[in-house]
Amino acid sequence: MAKNEYEFGQARMQQGRGGGRGRMAIAEKPHDMIGTLRKLLAYFRKFLPAVIIAFSCTLISVVLTIFAPNMLSRITNLIEAGMKSGNMDLGRIFRTAGWILGFYLFSALLTFVEHQMMVLTSNRINWTLREDISHKLNRIPLSRFDSASFGDVLSRVTNDIDSVGMSLRMSANEIVSATATFLGCGIMMLITNVWLALVSMVFAFAGFFIMNVIIKKSQPYFRARSATLGEMNGHIEEIYAGHLIVKAYNGEADASKEFNRINQLLYEANWKSQFISGIMRPLMTLLSNLGYVTVCVMGAIMVLNGKITYGVIIAFVLYVRMFTMPLSMVAQAMTSLQTAVAGAERIFNFLEEPEMENEDTKIKTLEDVKGHISFEHVKFGYDKDHPIIHDFSYEVMPGQKVAIVGPTGAGKTTLVNLLMRFYEVDDGCIKIDGISTRDMTREAVHDQFCMVLQDTWLFEGTVFENVAYGRPDVSLDEVVAACRAVGMNRFIRSLPQGYDTVLSDATNLSAGQRQLLTIARAMIDDAKFLILDEATSSVDTRTEQLVQNAMDKLTEGRTSFTIAHRLSTIRNADVILVMKDGDIVETGSHDELLEKGGFYAELWNSQFVNAEAI
Amino acid sequence: MISIFKRLNAHEWMLICISVALVVAQVITDLRIPGYMSTITRLIETEGSTMQEILNTGAMMLIMAVLSMLVMFCSGFVSSRLSAYYSRDLRDKIFHKVQSFSPEEIDRFSTASLITRSTNDVAQIQNFVAGGFTMIVNMPITVGIALSKMAGGHWQWTVLTAGCVIIVLSVVIFVILYAHPRFRRMQVLTDNLNAVTRENMTGIRVIRAYNAADYQMDKFTDRNDTLTKNQLQAQRAMTVMQPTMRFTQNILTIGIYCIGAWIISKTSSMEALNTFSTMVVFSNYASRVLFSIQSLNFIFNQLPRVSVCANRVNEVLDTDVHVKNGSEMRGKGGMRGVVEFRNVAFRYPDSEADVIHNISFTANRGETVAFIGATGSGKTSLVNLIPRFYDVTEGQVLVDGRDVKDYDLKVLHNKIGYTPQRAILFTGTVYSNVNYGENELRYTEEEAFEEVKKAVEIAQAKDFVEEKEDGYFTFISRGGTNVSGGQKQRISIARSVFRKPEIYIFDDTFGALDYKTDRTLRGALKKKTAGVTTLIVAQRIGTIRDADQIIVLDEGEIVGHGTHRELLENCSVYREIAYTQMSEEELANG
Repeated sequence: MAKNEYEFGQARMQQGRGGGRGRMAIAEKPHDMIGTLRKLLAYFRKFLPAVIIAFSCTLISVVLTIFAPNMLSRITNLIEAGMKSGNMDLGRIFRTAGWILGFYLFSALLTFVEHQMMVLTSNRINWTLREDISHKLNRIPLSRFDSASFGDVLSRVTNDIDSVGMSLRMSANEIVSATATFLGCGIMMLITNVWLALVSMVFAFAGFFIMNVIIKKSQPYFRARSATLGEMNGHIEEIYAGHLIVKAYNGEADASKEFNRINQLLYEANWKSQFISGIMRPLMTLLSNLGYVTVCVMGAIMVLNGKITYGVIIAFVLYVRMFTMPLSMVAQAMTSLQTAVAGAERIFNFLEEPEMENEDTKIKTLEDVKGHISFEHVKFGYDKDHPIIHDFSYEVMPGQKVAIVGPTGAGKTTLVNLLMRFYEVDDGCIKIDGISTRDMTREAVHDQFCMVLQDTWLFEGTVFENVAYGRPDVSLDEVVAACRAVGMNRFIRSLPQGYDTVLSDATNLSAGQRQLLTIARAMIDDAKFLILDEATSSVDTRTEQLVQNAMDKLTEGRTSFTIAHRLSTIRNADVILVMKDGDIVETGSHDELLEKGGFYAELWNSQFVNAEAI
Repeated sequence: MISIFKRLNAHEWMLICISVALVVAQVITDLRIPGYMSTITRLIETEGSTMQEILNTGAMMLIMAVLSMLVMFCSGFVSSRLSAYYSRDLRDKIFHKVQSFSPEEIDRFSTASLITRSTNDVAQIQNFVAGGFTMIVNMPITVGIALSKMAGGHWQWTVLTAGCVIIVLSVVIFVILYAHPRFRRMQVLTDNLNAVTRENMTGIRVIRAYNAADYQMDKFTDRNDTLTKNQLQAQRAMTVMQPTMRFTQNILTIGIYCIGAWIISKTSSMEALNTFSTMVVFSNYASRVLFSIQSLNFIFNQLPRVSVCANRVNEVLDTDVHVKNGSEMRGKGGMRGVVEFRNVAFRYPDSEADVIHNISFTANRGETVAFIGATGSGKTSLVNLIPRFYDVTEGQVLVDGRDVKDYDLKVLHNKIGYTPQRAILFTGTVYSNVNYGENELRYTEEEAFEEVKKAVEIAQAKDFVEEKEDGYFTFISRGGTNVSGGQKQRISIARSVFRKPEIYIFDDTFGALDYKTDRTLRGALKKKTAGVTTLIVAQRIGTIRDADQIIVLDEGEIVGHGTHRELLENCSVYREIAYTQMSEEELANG
């Protein structure tokens, strides 16, 4: 289920990205622009030289390109003069042309260098951000993982990184180059001819103004589109995921009715938003054409009146184009920068999540552990105001088998969480051989336990890697021995690559086989304490026998904690802790508890009482 | 890719034709404008031209500019309608196709993939129709018309233009061949990286318990490196594009001017003016050609992606649904709630072995028949044959004396109240989830509400539903995430009770409930809905021990069939299961 939801999330993300193509999507605003930018800059610091080089390249290349139209105008004038006089100064023309080409070549090279620098920088930063996030995961307390929204946060953050990298690379530079072009171009136009310059500027600003109006007007349409799209995707996900029920209950008509309603809305929202953003292009083209026509006509009249040379027109035709673009470019770059910063903000929020305390000064290794555990006045609550374990004290002797039982949701896993220090006790302490687990590092605590969980977590990797998990010093022989002990050796040998077979979703391991592998993993871990958390509940009853045998082997010589749904599997435990609503209500052996006739007895009996006899 | 066009209807074809016509008109008007520039140049350079003549030409230019805008406007309108219309239709077709699928087809694609196909893939196609389509039409037309306008120019210019086109083309081809595959690979690499992150999330307890954070980190770094390297290669290759394009563009303009100067210097003045005025226009056209060629980059970037999407959509639409609807509207005279399997065998498509084999039994009205066996023994596959989620490979499944294949599916489904192992709730309220779908019962609103209340009570959900502030109208969020697993299951059981079926199918439904609720719920069902045949798939002996018939499955075959007591005596598999769950004395006393 959880996995499915994650995949749904993915589909949603892709949807979001596929939508706007950055042209005119909804701009997302960060909460703290300055603060986030400052943090981002910190990441840039390492690459400062590259960034400086990139920006200088941009500036120089802009200046070079700004001069080019002017020189082209000079060539045109030379040609015109030559044509009129019949004496073409080819030498001078070619020389000027050579200069311009030189300018352009140099400018092209600089642009190339600049792009290379930015690509390198942004990718390195992306890499670092990804590593930081992955590192961060190891330092976040487990309680955070158990909160529902966490997976969502993480998948968003992962997606954010790509967009942040891309917009920074593009936008930052675009803003620099566009601003420079805008200013330089404006100055050059004013110098060349004030009147033509002013006319061109009017068109450029008009275009900019119109564009802003359209963007503003289109926002509601885009918002409506993404809302409807969200609704549509939600409906599709739900109906597909519940397909069996829709079919079995003849729910198709209802589902279709709802689908058609949303689809029609989406159609409206789609074409409207598409159209309104499509208006922009013709309008901008019209303006640019108007500018072009005006410059041509006005220029031509001015030429006729002898006010300017023909070359000025040529130069202006180019300047107008250069001048119109930066304004819209800056506007777009700002929008995408804003979105990027909003993404970056989420990334930094994640990186600033509270971490587990630093434990450098604590006991790192325990020598010669006996296997004695004592709970001393343990108090704990997931929410500090609502303690669920009030004052629990109990002493477990080396080699004892402890079973924890209770109905679903009674908080059996809470005890495991505390033992493993996944969560910290609020008061009191848990001691291993008399040393409080708080005084040792978490790693040291973990080293004392081997664990088999209900969720048979195997990762993408070979059988060997999965069994010898996290312990590079384990030899193949040891792994084989462990697998033989749980009766998996023959099966593994029969796999195409034996112990080197990569386990993935495609590998067909049954739930039981997966569980046996995790038991083998626990054997390799070979710690003094053992935790079995509902280890057999996902396995059918026949395979359970195999698993049970393997687990019995595992419990030998270890102090063990077993959580179980099936009461029969734990009746031979030395002590049973009965939990209810997060509290330990009874302790004792099976027989003692039955005799007591309390909650345990009730639980025990209920599994054998039949549905009311007819 | 092409085949997706087969799905266009007449209206859409018409829109496409209009759209193409508009693009042609727009390119033509757009390309007229520089031509007037040539006229103006000529006027400037000719002695005695009047201001009026220039203004006239200017006016023509303006008209063309406005015309071009209007045409573009219309073209935008048509293409936005077209893309929205097309995507609506496509989405509609896919959705209804998927609705008609049986689980067999759903399994083949996987739910997640079907969702992506119906949402993301359609959106991609829509974007392409909206943007890429006009671009694809625009490019050849612009190039064609511009070239025809350039045809009158000097051959030296043409040679230069050709040279520049080759440069641009080779850069574009380089990018297409080198960078595009890497961009495409990026998705896979990103998925790989995310897989590790997901692994870190799902396995966090194991990772912490085994102190394996460093191990996972190494794995992450490894994939991060690969991803970054690939991305660097792709993006660095792309950096060649823009500078080269701009530079070539400039070479072209300046080259044309220089060549022009050289030609003019060698010709008579009349000829020279001609050359001079065409020169400016020629360079304008030439740069448009270069620009259009550049859009190949975009097209070749989009096309493979869209055609992947199109293929994925087509796969869905081309799938034949195996389960065909029958026509029978009722069972054989007087029979109700009778389920019979006759030598049934079933195998999943593309599978080599039967999941269940040689299954025969009859469940009579009001009986409880339970199925037990190891995971993979075929229990779920067996009950899935009754509502025809799948069709038998051999033999027959009969409901009320008729082969299920003969029934109209709706009629068949109305006979059945099916509850799966994993409870599925829909967005809505408790009420809308219980009173779900269509059935033969024609209640008034008040009656329906009373019936919902009854069903909820039988399903042991009354207490927690009525405790909630909004009672039966408590909002259920998507996927039922705001109620607990056990509550979800009970609401979904209430749903099957509400429709008053002839046959209940509980596919391991009770596993999510604690023993106590399990027991009272089954008790209430027996009492309040007597006469309904009940088929139960279960893991717990306790759930099924009082069933009228227990069928023990092992590797798809019936290895035991009888009551609890009988099976304990003569079925070793059953005994084994029972022993793992209860002690011998309890079995004996039971």
